[in-house]
Amino acid sequence: MLDSQHSASKADIVEANFQKLARSRRLYTWFALVALAIAVSWSAWFANDSNAGKFLDRLPYLFDFFIDLAPRDVMEPPRALFDVESPYFDGSFKYDYPEGRVYLIGDFYLPEYFYKMIETLNIAAVSTIFGYALGFVLSFLAAANMNSNRWLRFGVRRFLEILRAFPEIVIAGFFLVVFSLGAIPAMLAVAIHTVGALGKMFYEVVENADLKPDEGLRAVGANWVERVWFGMVPQVMPNFVSYGLLRFEINVRASTIIGAVGGGGIGESLRLSITRGHEAKTIAIIFLLFVTIIVVDQLSAYLRRKLVGEQAFLMERAA
Amino acid sequence: MIRLSASDVAIVQNRYPLVFKGQRLRRFAPLLTLIAIGLYLAYVWSFFGMSEVLARAKWDIAGAYLADWISYESRPDIDLYDNYLEVGFPKFDALGLDPQPDWLSKQTASVTKTTIAAAPKVTSGGATQNSGFLGTLAGTENAAATPPADAATGFMGSGSSVATVPAVPETAQTSTVTEEAVTRVVVRQGGSVLTVTPHLVTVEKDGLTYEFDVGADKGVVPRQRLPDWITQKAANEKVYIWLGFDGRIEIKPASVGVRYRFLGWENFLFDVNSPFWGKPLDQVVALILSDERIQPGMSNLRLAFDNIWNNAEWQHGDVWIKLLQTIVMAFMGTLLASLVAFPLSFIAARNITPNRFVNWTLKRFFDFTRSVDMLIWALFFTRAFGPGPLAGISAIFFTDTGTFGKLFSEALENVDDKQREGVRSVGANPVLVQRYGIIPQVLPVFISQTLYFWESNTRSATIIGAMGAGGIGLKLWESMRTNSDWENVFYMVILILIVVFVFDNVSGFLRSRLIGGAMRTG
Repeated sequence: MLDSQHSASKADIVEANFQKLARSRRLYTWFALVALAIAVSWSAWFANDSNAGKFLDRLPYLFDFFIDLAPRDVMEPPRALFDVESPYFDGSFKYDYPEGRVYLIGDFYLPEYFYKMIETLNIAAVSTIFGYALGFVLSFLAAANMNSNRWLRFGVRRFLEILRAFPEIVIAGFFLVVFSLGAIPAMLAVAIHTVGALGKMFYEVVENADLKPDEGLRAVGANWVERVWFGMVPQVMPNFVSYGLLRFEINVRASTIIGAVGGGGIGESLRLSITRGHEAKTIAIIFLLFVTIIVVDQLSAYLRRKLVGEQAFLMERAA
Repeated sequence: MIRLSASDVAIVQNRYPLVFKGQRLRRFAPLLTLIAIGLYLAYVWSFFGMSEVLARAKWDIAGAYLADWISYESRPDIDLYDNYLEVGFPKFDALGLDPQPDWLSKQTASVTKTTIAAAPKVTSGGATQNSGFLGTLAGTENAAATPPADAATGFMGSGSSVATVPAVPETAQTSTVTEEAVTRVVVRQGGSVLTVTPHLVTVEKDGLTYEFDVGADKGVVPRQRLPDWITQKAANEKVYIWLGFDGRIEIKPASVGVRYRFLGWENFLFDVNSPFWGKPLDQVVALILSDERIQPGMSNLRLAFDNIWNNAEWQHGDVWIKLLQTIVMAFMGTLLASLVAFPLSFIAARNITPNRFVNWTLKRFFDFTRSVDMLIWALFFTRAFGPGPLAGISAIFFTDTGTFGKLFSEALENVDDKQREGVRSVGANPVLVQRYGIIPQVLPVFISQTLYFWESNTRSATIIGAMGAGGIGLKLWESMRTNSDWENVFYMVILILIVVFVFDNVSGFLRSRLIGGAMRTG
């Protein structure tokens, strides 16, 4: 037992140490904040300086884009969306909506932009499937608990990192040369990135998996493939599928963007209609894109919640 | 693996009937999924007409462009005249003005050049005579051993005189000059040897020799059957000789194009106009350290740096500035988005602002800015601010305000309420309740998420740059469109990879410091 005086002096020492710690902490915080402030102000200056138009000069024109977008009447964007004849049709491409119709059976047609949207969704889906398949295989080689060969593991991980960080636009640009314009360059570009991204997420899931089934399988003499297939796959599959769906969501956006730089699909239509100044078509495409992204997001969020449960779902979002 | 026999399975099945109930569908589920995916892929195959696209794919171009990433091609053209040759390098060849590479040796002799002012048609008589003339020339091997003028006249005499060629009519328009000219060129590419003389081109590879008679009148005529690495689409048309990585040779009736490929990035530091160009490293260092100024008013070190920075071919300065723009885009966009989303997420979180209408409105606002794709924001702001980092920053800012708002408000709705209750129970006002009851819980998560997005936005900034927002993305896209600067593309790719790796590690380190190893995400 300590007497009261003794404990009082100890409390003083604790207090003094605490204050010292707090001071140094505060100092670090301030230091970090000042450094951040300098970085931000320099960046802001640099961005403004190297931009074509200066921020303050251009601010009044901010909504020019929307003003330029104003269609001739309210019904024009829906007409453009569904490829219905426009009353303003004057022989120019701008008001020639039925031109892009894709006839399926007889008179039944798919409006151009729906067709393009399906193209983009197909690009996203195929690249997700391929990325998933390759990422699936590579993730087991990259996981420490499934692959004890350090060098192979190191190699696979770096390989995945390179695939993930390699600019998609370069892959697309390169394959554009080989295949000429079309969906395949976009597909390959998105798929290659997906392998890297999913592979990394997958091996983290595998490394966090419960090893008891694996131990059991090893005890009965299972080989590597059997260990993966019976010990790992059943427990990691819900997370894998959930990540796959999340990736699909991201890939829909990615393939739209890649499309805009020459990969076909809705992105290309959007860029063309903006540069050509076709307001109604632009609004129609933006609307379609917006709705599709929301639908895909909600659908995948719903499926993922069902697959992995609320808590894990939130954790995945962060990842 | 030890497997159960059928009777063992039956015993286990009898013992635990519930475990095996409803297994049939699950057992076939993977197979059904695979079949469905297979059918879908078949549909996509026909949707995009893949077989046709793959059949049309130009793989040879792909190979050449890939080789271009890590090598340089020098492209001398050898023009064939009646009795002499002219070797010309393109104006901006990496080897500098009028290069004398060691893989290309010339042999000169004094010849009589005939220039016909009006009709450029070559007389066929001259062509046949010249092959004989060349026959004698072949005896002397290399350029160094060029015979002196008098010796040259000697063998000109032996090979029925060239001077007689212009004797064919039309003297009014023709003029003759006798001077030193190249009569024979030998190019060594990898294992092959190309010998060019005005009317005969010879290629030797792997001990085999292929000869081609060339001339404006008869085109290109091979003397031997061609192997598969030499192609001629139609008789007398131009001939391509594919030498793999070492390059290729094009033989046309009036010229021979050599594509000589060598490893390395030529002129990476100094371009041909720099005084440091073409010097070995020790000389460059000595020159930089010497006091004697190459250019008055500028120290040699400064000059060297200036030459590297403004290298005409590699454009280091421009590339680095553009890269910095991309980094700034990602940094500012992400930071501003997180700063704006932070207070908004408190208002959007149900448990912190108990006003359903405000919550709902803000959340839909987040959904809106998130769902209008970064692409559309980029196009919009490029229109508003012109190409440059401002457009990129704004695009990232608007997209990520939505994303962060959603993520942050979801995190806030999942906080542990006990700490807030504790702070409230001691009588703290509402602001202090949030400050001490919530922020300590969520701040590390928020910062971690911000860092993660910073890193991934560095990648996105590249691609929206190509859409017109500027930065390295646009530069990459421009270099790719010219289809010849693949080494520059590769250089930029390497820089981007380095930046992404560094950011990846820095943000990974900061995140693990912030929230501990257990929750390390991404």
